[in-house]
Amino acid sequence: MQYEAVIGLEVHAQLLTDSKIFCGCSTRFGAEPNSQTCPVCLGMPGVLPVLNERAVEFAIRMGLATNCSIASFSRFARKNYFYPDLPKGYQISQYELPLCSNGYVDIELEDGTEKRIGIIRIHLEEDAGKSIHDPALAGEDTLVDLNRCGVPLIEIVSAPDLRTPQEAYAYLVRLKQLVTYLGICDGNMEEGSLRCDANVSVRPVGSDTFGVKTEVKNMNSFRNVERALTYEINRQIQVLESGGKIVQETLLWDANEGIARPMRSKEEAHDYRYFPEPDLVPLEVSEAWIEKIKADLPELPRARKKRFVEQYKIPVYDAGVLTMTRELADYYEAITQVCSDFKMVSNWVMGEVLRVLNERKIDIADFPISPERLGKLLNLILNKTISINIAKTVFEEMLQSDAEPEAIVEEKGLAQVSDRGLIEEIVDKVIQENPKQVEQYRGGKTKVFGYFVGQVMRATRGKANPAIVNEILKEKLSG
Amino acid sequence: MAISIQEVQHIAKLAKLTFTEAELERFTRELNKILEYVEKLNELDTSNVEPLSHTTDIHNVMRADEVKPSLPVDEVLANAPSREGNFFKVPKVVK
Repeated sequence: MQYEAVIGLEVHAQLLTDSKIFCGCSTRFGAEPNSQTCPVCLGMPGVLPVLNERAVEFAIRMGLATNCSIASFSRFARKNYFYPDLPKGYQISQYELPLCSNGYVDIELEDGTEKRIGIIRIHLEEDAGKSIHDPALAGEDTLVDLNRCGVPLIEIVSAPDLRTPQEAYAYLVRLKQLVTYLGICDGNMEEGSLRCDANVSVRPVGSDTFGVKTEVKNMNSFRNVERALTYEINRQIQVLESGGKIVQETLLWDANEGIARPMRSKEEAHDYRYFPEPDLVPLEVSEAWIEKIKADLPELPRARKKRFVEQYKIPVYDAGVLTMTRELADYYEAITQVCSDFKMVSNWVMGEVLRVLNERKIDIADFPISPERLGKLLNLILNKTISINIAKTVFEEMLQSDAEPEAIVEEKGLAQVSDRGLIEEIVDKVIQENPKQVEQYRGGKTKVFGYFVGQVMRATRGKANPAIVNEILKEKLSG
Repeated sequence: MAISIQEVQHIAKLAKLTFTEAELERFTRELNKILEYVEKLNELDTSNVEPLSHTTDIHNVMRADEVKPSLPVDEVLANAPSREGNFFKVPKVVK
């Protein structure tokens, strides 16, 4: 039987506020354990949480970017459960009245088509602390650091619209792109600022009912989400094929082993006894506030991609690569202020620049060549001062120093030779020195042409203008 | 709307409380009495009344996103039964 998977993702994104969601403690990552805590986030009796306005604004930004309705009235709820990293014994979250609901994002599939994925809701909540179980550090015990306790999160719940691990991957890539464009989350899955849990079930192709689902957790990279889902879908199909039944359970992905293991059942799990949070007053979001946030939204990735195609006349593929991150798109646009050959700029950013970023595993923010300097280099190609090959040499130099490209060309004597007289002289010499090849060429073996070009380039240390070399060589060889 | 002894047991478990058989019976009885008492509220017709979660008309109490000093770590850990460095130390959970 042919099966298809039904996948829904719950994504948690840590918001980039300076302070926590309900108190003034810092959210800075990597501080000394428990040094960023106070009576509010420690769950001391008698304290009152006060909502961080910017956290609300960030959540609304994401709601608007994913075409959600923003609730004019919403409130917070307590989700009750016991765990050492949750000192209050409940997490403040939202339940029946989330801030954002009924949105969608369009994801790009590998064949270039788009698919719309529903967003059921986006709500605000607080993060829990961090438990360390590693015996090397904690021995027989568990160590708890509450610095993360109360860091603002949004939870983004997708509709069960994803059908393959690849779609889930594309959806996550889109969400990461959105949160980083919006500047509300750094989108780093490895460091846990973006986290993903998946609900997975399978069913016969063509069926419109859902199978029994399992929940997969602990996938801490985009690739691991894809791998874990592939694993779990295959496992479920195997169980069904051998006449078994899927048990509803929570599985933890083990990236080292490449398998998902059932989590030891949390006792009475999912009995959270939600009720409205009495310590926080309801939240009313006015049209005026929404309009203000909307007005401040940056240009979003899809709009920017479309604009790049129209404004810079570059292929859709290029525009997609260049707008993958806001920073890279900014970098590209900054170069276009200096160099007007937009396609060449695109080729260089997608080729040389991205190559170096990958090799050095750095972000564009840490790339040593400013857009202005790269633009000037490309202008040297445009005005035929240097060839593309020489430009690549200059580019390597520029990675090492802050020198301007013109200065490097000058200093190393790399300027292209376009002097016809000079090139003619060299061509004559090469022809004279290679009578055998000349004979071959004239005898119809035109492949040796490349040999002559090579010889001329060698004689000029790559500086001869290739177009002129070709032209003169053709003329003289046919001689 | 009688509450069963199993429900009381379940709630006790969620609250991490352990009771003897006698206590369970007593709490079941007492909780039922309380529920019976508040059951009286159901006599009111509330079909046209919006559910109420807060009794004041206040809304949107918010603070600006500004960092304030946290507690000194030693104060944070002062009441902890056990610590390891600057961590709280608790009995092993999961795994």
